[in-house]
Amino acid sequence: MSLNNRKLQYSLAANEAFHQMMEEDESVFLIGQGVKSPWYVGNTARGLLERFGPDRVIDTPVSENAVTGAAVGAAMAGMRSVVVHPRMDFMMYALDPIINQAANWYYMNGGKLSVPIVFWGIINRGGEQAAQHSQALHVILGHIPGLKVVMPSTPYDAKGLMISAIKDDNPVVYIDDRWLHGDEGIVPEEIYEVPIGKAAIRKKGDDVTLVAISFIMRYALEAATELAKENIKVEVIDLRTIKPLDKDLVLESVKKTGRLAVADPGWKTYGMAAEISAFVFEEAFDSLKAPFVRVTLPDLPAPASSALEKLYYPTTKDIVQAIRGMVNR
Amino acid sequence: MKKYSKAFLRQLYRTMLRIRVCEESLVAPILNGDVRCPVHLCSGEEAVAAGVCAALDDTDCVFGNHRSHGHFVAKGGRIDALVAEIYGKETGCSRGRGGSMHLIDPEKGMMGAAPIVAGTISLAVGAALASHIRREKRVSVSFFGDGATNEGVLFECMNLAALKKLPIIFVCENNFYATHMPVAECRPDCDIADIAKPFNIPNVRVDGNNVLEVFETAKEAVAACRDGSGPFFIEAMTYRLRGHVGPDDKIQGAHTDIRPQEEIDMWKKKDPVINFERCLLDDGMLNESDVSAIKKEIDQEVREAHVFANNSPYPAESELSVYVFK
Ligand SMILES: Cc1ncc(C[n+]2csc(CCOP(=O)(O)OP(=O)(O)O)c2C)c(N)n1
Ligand SMILES: [Mg+2]
Repeated sequence: MSLNNRKLQYSLAANEAFHQMMEEDESVFLIGQGVKSPWYVGNTARGLLERFGPDRVIDTPVSENAVTGAAVGAAMAGMRSVVVHPRMDFMMYALDPIINQAANWYYMNGGKLSVPIVFWGIINRGGEQAAQHSQALHVILGHIPGLKVVMPSTPYDAKGLMISAIKDDNPVVYIDDRWLHGDEGIVPEEIYEVPIGKAAIRKKGDDVTLVAISFIMRYALEAATELAKENIKVEVIDLRTIKPLDKDLVLESVKKTGRLAVADPGWKTYGMAAEISAFVFEEAFDSLKAPFVRVTLPDLPAPASSALEKLYYPTTKDIVQAIRGMVNR
Repeated sequence: MKKYSKAFLRQLYRTMLRIRVCEESLVAPILNGDVRCPVHLCSGEEAVAAGVCAALDDTDCVFGNHRSHGHFVAKGGRIDALVAEIYGKETGCSRGRGGSMHLIDPEKGMMGAAPIVAGTISLAVGAALASHIRREKRVSVSFFGDGATNEGVLFECMNLAALKKLPIIFVCENNFYATHMPVAECRPDCDIADIAKPFNIPNVRVDGNNVLEVFETAKEAVAACRDGSGPFFIEAMTYRLRGHVGPDDKIQGAHTDIRPQEEIDMWKKKDPVINFERCLLDDGMLNESDVSAIKKEIDQEVREAHVFANNSPYPAESELSVYVFK
């Protein structure tokens, strides 16, 4: 097997990014709950404490606000911080340092001091965990000027985007989904970057542009395969970064297909799908053949009961039906 | 012991045993997959919930956390509604929308539970504030773990409550661990009760496995709150006999419990339910046949709760979105 065809799990791809970046750059450190144990972050932190020691791999008390603020301050003072929140829900205590402070610091101080930090949040949905243990809150952060937000869906991107996020001189929110952690894919061994702000076409097609992200990419690809049997050719775009948006790639595709569908693991109202629809409307109006469709969570908190959970989370079937309806209208 | 009525002691014992039997009844359904939501069992910690709630009236408020089965039952919640909730059924106390971590019975003063660590402490302060504004004598209780003492909001809450003399009892259930972190890795000083001192809040550390000691302290705290000299802080030292989540702590199959076996064994000897039962027998407050009658009755209650839960319907698909707004 050549070096560049090595297969690795998603969680271990992110883990390799930490190993390599912490080795390469002594200012990189990881702080947050569970980094010394697989309890919260699975394999993503494997071997880091043993290799880099407790000064640079810092497991913390349950103090999200202080820990995140400290990571921000350390970044201002010359470190490259990675602060992990093993569930995005827990990150809500840390919104002040993320939004008020880190996101604004560079601008409101006239470009004098930037904040090279990665806010790493894990979505951990399903499993009857209910409303406070499942939220996909990427859009809240994507709304904030001064934050970049990435959401890798493949092991290759998990590593490459983490490296880019760490190397970036600005605050980057890196969001993964626990449901992706076991996925396997090709991950080169060397250090490489996946550029922030660049989407990727995962499947070519002429009839419909389907933009998806993070875990829901799996369903998007399944839906495209399903629809191909009906001779509906779907172009599947993995957005990878929700801010800044890769408008060019999406527009180019929509200008070809004339139809846009967006699948977002978040809620519908004021969501990512709404934003993508809006810029396509603004910038590709003349190419459109059909109204947009959005496949999202309904605007409700996550229910616990499996009977309701199965309705709550969108599936491949929902995407197939939405696109079929759009094409056959 | 003699100063209590037999009826009171029996009730206290029943409450603890009902919690224990209910908790243990969930182990098999968790392991065989019938229960799918995350369940944080409180076996071993029953005396805190039972002792504190025995000092409260139905009109007093309780707010819980992720490990609140005991708080719910001790405050008067029905076991069948609890079990049905854990199974995700419409007949559950939160109509299957919340699962094990969201337990509520407002009529009994159980105002809710939520797993964001320290997330309900300020809500309990708010219930005390409402009582204060309306000059009621209602007391509010916030149950939280040692882990929650690492969140800043607790300190803001203690300050606010002390400043406004709010009728709230902060009850810290110190079981020495917050998931994978021993308390000594979270705090430079492990005397949690002391954190109330800078706010001039009376604070007492109790043996949380001794239900009468918990009750006496809670009674004192309730009295202080009722006559306008709240808040009060109780640190109850206790231990969970089960995993952080689920029956044990098998993390990804790789680890078992991170707690030393000797420590677990030591705490097993301090089992609050067994020890209280022994005291009651020794002091002649109950006899063997009382105990077996109580056990039989509770076993039946819990068995019927599972039957009830199993026979109950799941929430209707058409009602996915009914409780977003009132
Ligand atoms: C804000 C927040 N951060 C992290 C978690 C993850 N978490 C769940 S339980 C727990 C430990 C709580 O420990 P403690 O308060 O001592 O309660 P115990 O589980 O010991 O009863 C943590 C950190 C969470 N639920 N909420
Ligand atoms: Mg604890």
